[in-house]
Amino acid sequence: MPDPDPILLLEDVRYRWPGRRAFGLHVGQLSLARGETVLLLGESGSGKSTLLSLICGTIAADAGRVLVADTDFAKLSPGQRDKFRAEQIGLIFQQFNLLPFASVRDNIALPLQFAPKRRARVKDPSQEARRLCRELGLPDDVITTRAGTLSVGQQQRVAAARALIGTPPLIIADEPTSSLDAETQESFLELLFAQSRAHDTSLLMVSHDARLADQFDRVIHMTEIAQTLRDAA
Amino acid sequence: MILRLAFASLAARALTVGMTILAIALSVALFLGVEKVRTGAKASFADTISGTDLIVGARSGSVQLLLYSVFRIGNATNNMTWDSYKDLAAQPEVDWIVPISLGDSHRQFRVMGTTTAFFERYKYRSGQPLAVSDGAVMDDLFDAVIGADVAATLGYEIGAPIVVAHGLASFTEHKDQPFRVSGILEKTGTPVDRTVIVSLEAIEAIHVDWRNGAQIPGQSTPADVIRQMQLEPQAITAALIGTQSRLQVFSLQRAINEYPQEPLLAILPGVALQELWQIVGIAETALIGVSGMVVVTALIGMMATIFSSLNERRREMAIFRAMGARPRVVLGLLVLEAVLMAIIGAALGLALLYAGLFIGQPLIDSAFGLWLPIEPPSMRELWVLLGVVAAGAIVSMVPAYRAYRMSLADGMMVRN
Repeated sequence: MPDPDPILLLEDVRYRWPGRRAFGLHVGQLSLARGETVLLLGESGSGKSTLLSLICGTIAADAGRVLVADTDFAKLSPGQRDKFRAEQIGLIFQQFNLLPFASVRDNIALPLQFAPKRRARVKDPSQEARRLCRELGLPDDVITTRAGTLSVGQQQRVAAARALIGTPPLIIADEPTSSLDAETQESFLELLFAQSRAHDTSLLMVSHDARLADQFDRVIHMTEIAQTLRDAA
Repeated sequence: MILRLAFASLAARALTVGMTILAIALSVALFLGVEKVRTGAKASFADTISGTDLIVGARSGSVQLLLYSVFRIGNATNNMTWDSYKDLAAQPEVDWIVPISLGDSHRQFRVMGTTTAFFERYKYRSGQPLAVSDGAVMDDLFDAVIGADVAATLGYEIGAPIVVAHGLASFTEHKDQPFRVSGILEKTGTPVDRTVIVSLEAIEAIHVDWRNGAQIPGQSTPADVIRQMQLEPQAITAALIGTQSRLQVFSLQRAINEYPQEPLLAILPGVALQELWQIVGIAETALIGVSGMVVVTALIGMMATIFSSLNERRREMAIFRAMGARPRVVLGLLVLEAVLMAIIGAALGLALLYAGLFIGQPLIDSAFGLWLPIEPPSMRELWVLLGVVAAGAIVSMVPAYRAYRMSLADGMMVRN
């Protein structure tokens, strides 16, 4: 059942790291509908990072198609891909998400700096950052503190707020909970789900933790969609 | 916001950034300080004599004549005769003429014989006349007026006796005819401060019993006898001339240089100063070169600091990339930081310079007679500051380009 308007679509994508002959990736098909939440399960070394780099456009596929919001990355220059990423994708990493020296407010507002359309959707970045912090259960005064002084759990929430600001259509989270303890993990995911549903945002979360599966619309295993190429080419 | 982030990033590395800025500030202060001293010295040099149109002496080099007649450096190889002097004084173009006779000394200071006209005619620092701070100009044959440095160094007050030594650094003294300090001059910052001034007749008087540089044995004429004598000098060392009209300076100069009775040399003080400055210019250039190198060193230090920070800041750059910043933005951010450091450093250097000037100005004036004016930064200094900032930006391109390459390779994931 092909989705007529997927937010994300990868078809027959091949990529080989330059200078590293021993490692490449082939992705047969991966698509994500608008508003859909998908958990992508994969062990480390299964090519998750490479896949995410392809989706975010920091590397360009050698062959095949990568479409985000109907735009083919192959048609964009690297600089355009950077801007497109800022407009379309909110990113949350495993850890070290934030600029430690900058305030929480500046960290949250940072992507707006490179995405004029996303910026236009936000009336007052400061107010919006405050609102998102409140929604994500962060104390009110956190907004002016330096990000480096926060706990890891709080930092991940700030990263979530940063991904959500200006409501990009797609949020990609790369093991966002692996540095959190079980309890914080759960509340973090709840908040993330609530916020992405509220804005009808698609969520692609990469993890090695199958226990999270029942919270997502769909679960995909890396092995189903992609093969790593380890032969000497 | 990018500017705010750059500031925050710098503030987070306050210690290393502070050291880098301090190095830039010190180098800038040194460079501007050297400039100040250089221009100050040049101005002070040029200020030593003003209002004098021509200096006349026996024929030698123009720089040599300037050095011994005005700066009391070196010695005259020859004198000019008193007859020539009188002849010159009678020329219609000559408004005033002041004779100078050098050759004797008191302790480490030179003794200069002249007329009281010297105190009216000699001008320094664009027309400022000499002023007596204590006592009066010489009135009696054995009166002496001393410069401010002479008084300060030797602790002389009005009425103190002075014995003049024959020649320079000499052990033979004119003990028979001691002088008395009649006046002390205010500090001028010129060689006058280090001069003992007596009348032209007094120079003759102390040499009454001398022939060919030695005292005639057993002969010592009493002072009251000397006072009765006709003390007209045979020769003088040099003369300062003021003309009726500045237009006549060149024709008078030529006339003196072609004076048939005696080989004489007339120089324009300004022109001779220029010549002298050309000789000193090499040392001056070297000084600028060295202080310029210090600025370059500080900037290279900044480059090294940025380089060494790159690895620990890879993650920061990856975050910028993930948020949609192009690699170019990463490059720009590092250059911006360097420019900020250079601007702060340059501004701090300027502040250091002025603080140093405020503290050092009176000390330098009293120690070296060098007056460094405190004025708003000149165009030239502003260009220097701008140059430092621009050089900082250029130098930072090297590590910034490396960061650009790194962030292109890393993308938004740092592998390590």
